[in-house]
Parts: sequence; C-alpha cells; structure tokens
Amino acid sequence: MKTILEGSRVIAETIKMIKPSVVSAYPITPQTHIVEDLAKFKANGAANYEYVRAESEFAAASIVLGASAAGERVYTATSSQGLLLMIEVLFNIAGMRLPVVLTCANRGVSAPITIWNDHQDIMTLRDAGWIILFAENAQEAIVLHLVAYKIAEKYKIPVTVNVDGFVLTHTYEPSVLPTQSQVNKYLPKYKPQKDEYLNVENPVTFGAFATPADYMDIREELHNDIKNTQKEIGQEIKKVFKLLNVREKISQKEKNLIFNDNGLVEYYGVKNPKIIFLTMGSLVGTIKDFIKENQKEKLGVLKLRSFRPLPDKIILKMLKNAKYLAILDKNISLGESGVLGMEIKGAFFNKTKIKIQNFIVGLGGRDITEKHLSKIIKIIQTKKDQSVFIG
Amino acid sequence: MLEIRLHGRGGQGVVTAAELIAIAAFKDGFESQAFPNFGVERRGAPIQAYTRISKEKIRLRSQIYEPDFLIIQDDTLFGVVDLFKGVKKETKVVINSSKKLNEIFSNKLPLKKENFFIVDATKIALDILGKPIINTVMLGAFAQFSGLIKVKSIKDALREKFSGEILNKNIQATEYAFNLK
Repeated sequence: MKTILEGSRVIAETIKMIKPSVVSAYPITPQTHIVEDLAKFKANGAANYEYVRAESEFAAASIVLGASAAGERVYTATSSQGLLLMIEVLFNIAGMRLPVVLTCANRGVSAPITIWNDHQDIMTLRDAGWIILFAENAQEAIVLHLVAYKIAEKYKIPVTVNVDGFVLTHTYEPSVLPTQSQVNKYLPKYKPQKDEYLNVENPVTFGAFATPADYMDIREELHNDIKNTQKEIGQEIKKVFKLLNVREKISQKEKNLIFNDNGLVEYYGVKNPKIIFLTMGSLVGTIKDFIKENQKEKLGVLKLRSFRPLPDKIILKMLKNAKYLAILDKNISLGESGVLGMEIKGAFFNKTKIKIQNFIVGLGGRDITEKHLSKIIKIIQTKKDQSVFIG
Repeated sequence: MLEIRLHGRGGQGVVTAAELIAIAAFKDGFESQAFPNFGVERRGAPIQAYTRISKEKIRLRSQIYEPDFLIIQDDTLFGVVDLFKGVKKETKVVINSSKKLNEIFSNKLPLKKENFFIVDATKIALDILGKPIINTVMLGAFAQFSGLIKVKSIKDALREKFSGEILNKNIQATEYAFNLK
C-alpha cells in the first residue's frame, strides 16, 4: 500500500521487516532519524533486535563486525565524520567477508564543518571492498535495502546503501513498503554455513595474518567476487521493483521520452539524445524534470544505482550515439577532479568518441537547480573539457 | 504542480506544518513532498520549509524559489528575512499577525490586497491550546484561503502525528481557523 512517510522512517520500517538480530549505531546528523526510529521500535516492543547504543562510530562498526562474525544479521547507519571514524573497521569487515549492511545518509566532510548533503563521505569507502549502492528516492531506498541483504548474505560482501542526507532522509513523500510476508519470502532467516561464522564447536578465524604468499590472492579473490556480483545486483533490483510493483512510468506529458532500466543503470530521456547526464542519487530527480521541461534539447540522464561494482560497460552501451556526456559529481578528489568523472574517463579511454566533461555540483548542500543544468549543457558544447564547479 | 513555502521560527512547528500539508494532500489523492530548509534547528531562529503538491509523481528536489503560496507564521520576520523573494503576481499569502495589513506594510503592498489572508493565530492558539504553537491554526486558515486541501484531510493527517488531548485541541484549532472569514 502506498503511504506518505519521512524517508528515514521508510528505511527504518524496511530494516524492521528485514529483522536483523543486532542493530548498533551512534547518532549523527542526518542519519539520526533512522536510528531513533529503530530504537523506538525496540522500546515499543515492535522489534526484537538487540539495539546496542555505542559510544562512538568506531565502536558501532566493531559491534556489528563481531555480531556478523558470530553469524547474525546486522545493521548500522552513519554519515560523514561518523563514517570516517568507522573506516578502519569497515575495511576489516570487507576483508573478513562479513555481510554487514550500512546505510550512509550522505553528508559533506569537515573542515569547514557542514551538516549538509554531498557524496564526499562515501568516497572514502570506495576502495574498501564494499558494494556501494545509491537511491534516487524513498522508494529506491526500500528496494536497495532489500537487495543489499540479499547480495551481502549470498556473496559475503558488505553493502552500503546511500541516501542523500536531508534531501531523502528528512523528506516526506509517497512510497510503497513491502509487506512482512513479502520480506520473509524474499529474505528468509540468515543461516551462514558451517565455517562461515564463529562457533566454539567448530573454531574458525576471521581476519587472520596473511603472508606475501597468500595476501595478494585473497585480495584478488575479493576483487573478482565484487565484480561478479554485478549482474545479480541488477537482476535483484529489477526483481524487487516488480515484486512491489513500483516501477516508474511515463506520463502523458512524457510521450516522447523513454525509461530503459537494467537495474544497475536507469536511462530516462529522448530516444536519441545529444547530451547525456550521468550521476547518482536524488539529483537524478531534478534532472528528469529538467529533461521533461526541455524536450527540444534532446537530453537524457543515466542514473547509476551501483557505484561499486561500477557497471562501466553497461554505461558505455547506453550512451548510444550521444555527442556529449556530462558527469555530475557531488564530491571532489581534491587536486584532481570528481571521482565518478575520473573513473568513467579512465574506463572509456579509446572506447568512445563522445566528449566527456566533469562537473562538480552541490558540495556541502549547495542547492542544484534547473539553472545550473542549463549552464552545464551550454558549457559541455564548447571545446573546453576540464572539470568545472557549478553552483 | 503547486509550491508552498513556509516561514517561521524554530519551535513553531514550521516543518511539521509543511509535512501535515503534504500528508493531507496525499490523502486527497495528490502526489506530495515536504522538506525542511535544512538548517541547524534552534529555537527562535528563522526556519523555512517547503511543500509541493502535484497530480503527477514529484521528482524535483531543489528548494522552492517561486512559491504559489506563502505561509508566514511569525510577523517579526518582516525585515529580517526576504519573505517575498520570488513571489509571483498570483502568489497567495497567509500571515499570522494581530496587526492589519496596512500596519504590517507601512509602504506599498508587495502583492494585491486580495492575495493576503491575515489570522491572529497566536491568540487562537493561546485560547485553544494554551500555548503559542500556531501551526495547526495556520493550516486551518490555509485550507480555507487556498481551497487546496480538505479540512477533513488535515484532521486525518493530525491523527498520524498526534494523539489524545493534544490531538483533540489541534483539531479544534484547525477547525476554528478554517471557519474564520
């Protein structure tokens, strides 16, 4: 049933239905409402998980690491400085192949202090061995959390679902939550195999010492395993959209526009676009509206739901005959360029003649409007191609 | 799509008012969206919140720059915040004030006289709720003046946020303001 709730509440309701046995977190803006709701559910008797109030994010991450290693389904959430404080533990979680799920309510990073949204925080986790998913709206946040547990527990790879801080976490909008029986069926109780969890009857070690004889092979295996989840992540996303019957549809005013969704990447725009935007998260919604209002400009947008693994070959295919690709990054690798821009340029080297330009937008909560998007389509059609700050 | 911008001060329930409008509009069969202007909330500080209402799915995420409706919960914000920034000729404005229109605007009105609706929400709130929390009074006035949402839907929305004595008093406050004019 379609209801209207705050984004954080929708995520908390989804987690409640997924039934982790251990939830541990330390509150930080703008993640706070998610963990407050989860604590309330527990206090009211609506949930059975162990809710552990940690003394820091480092502790929260360590608690879910331990519980996951003991064979339990776990959940945590954080933002910004909180994620940075967790980082050492998060690398370990991936290396130990623990199926932890973490929601990152994306926020900029200090200094200067900002509580507002951008994607700088999660870029710190880029190389840690986590699967990194991004939601455009509350509905996608529901879908991606379900998929996150499915993939994490099957492949023993941790997954983070990213939701734009405030823009999604503090916004009321309609969405469809699954029923408890749908969740039970999609995500049965987590039962790790023997040797996959700590058990005194069957002792195993996690995160053991590895000499040069083994370390590199273990890292290569994790790398390959993450790459190999790609197809299934896409399939599962499509499956859950279908299960909840929530796929976005073309309205009367959009007859000349199309949706083309393969799960990992969604295309929205004209059939034969001249300019394509590529980005992640809630910004895609604003871009879709811009495309709808400016149909003569022949525009399209590719929404990346999975940043790790990066489905670069799929993106390349979906560019078709477009002339310009504007990559919008809500982050910056200081001294170089936006991270997605840098990666796509590398992946597409010698594979396409499309002009690629990187735009840095929305840092520290700077609002992104249709005016900025107009500016981007003007700039990209010039000869210059260095990264530009817009806002 | 209709866009509503709400101005007030921290502690007056500005964000809750924006959310209640969105919930009420959803109950009336519309798509809707409500979000705060992400401040570091402090009691008394100027606060903004936004609501969008549409027949179609709302994808736009930017803030509201050209509102169709303005709800001003505190008349001490005049001269402090640029309340009328981006207003259009047809923008309708609901103001909480004990003053008359020509007392609020000593100079020229920013919009036509008919575009304003003034309600002494603080007095009504003190009478009914016993506290100067004026957002539900403003919602009743907004529902009346805009004709956009049903008062029944606001009451249903209130039931999702409040319960018991507080709920009853807020319903009473909403109805009282709705029946003004």
